[in-house]
Amino acid sequence: MKKMITMGSVLLLGMAGLVLGGCTTVQPWERAALSDYSMKPDRDPLQAAMSEHIHFSREASSGGRGVGGSGCGCN
Amino acid sequence: MWSQSKKHIAMLAGAIALASVGFADVKVGSSFPALEGFGLEGTLPERTGRVVMVDFWATWCTPCKASFPAYSAMQKELGERGFTLVAVSVDKKPAEYAEFLKTFTPSFITVRDAKQKLVAEVKVPGMPTCYLIDRKGVLREIHGGYHGDATAKELREKVIKLLEESP
Repeated sequence: MKKMITMGSVLLLGMAGLVLGGCTTVQPWERAALSDYSMKPDRDPLQAAMSEHIHFSREASSGGRGVGGSGCGCN
Repeated sequence: MWSQSKKHIAMLAGAIALASVGFADVKVGSSFPALEGFGLEGTLPERTGRVVMVDFWATWCTPCKASFPAYSAMQKELGERGFTLVAVSVDKKPAEYAEFLKTFTPSFITVRDAKQKLVAEVKVPGMPTCYLIDRKGVLREIHGGYHGDATAKELREKVIKLLEESP
């Protein structure tokens, strides 16, 4: 029983390590990645129109999807 | 048993101390790192005896673009009195950097920290950030952001104050 608890703890710690290992802080000088074209949610007009249509059909509301700013976190 | 634990605690404390030394940031009153040791792309200016403003910027940073005309004017006005502005770009893509400089044609020196070694050493808190260094090479002021004419005026006054200090 004690052995199982120990193994479970080790497994849990290992899993926590794996999950937390994916966390990272984007440094101010690395924010070019955030303002990259590929990070824009509306980079594909057709996809954006489809998403808007689905949102309108399900929620009976439209608009308010735009996000201001460049994403660089400057100033 | 107790002595072994003490040994482990001492080792842990040592590791933390080493880590904190490795990530030490630049503080007002200390000397600013020599720009030569970071593999910056571009020609570095002679800093000896001059008031230097090191400006960290990037092409993707909108306030940085806004700052360029004012900084160009500052360099033109105060250059002869002993002021040097070095703009350090943190851009990784050379094409974007070159295109930006073609459009904005600054009158001050620009270099590129392609490997982002200097910016990581200084631990710049955001883009843009200016570091004002006096004639003795001591960091006197850290100014974050660019808020139009107010920032330009404030920095100009601080630079003039440093220029008036005896070398």
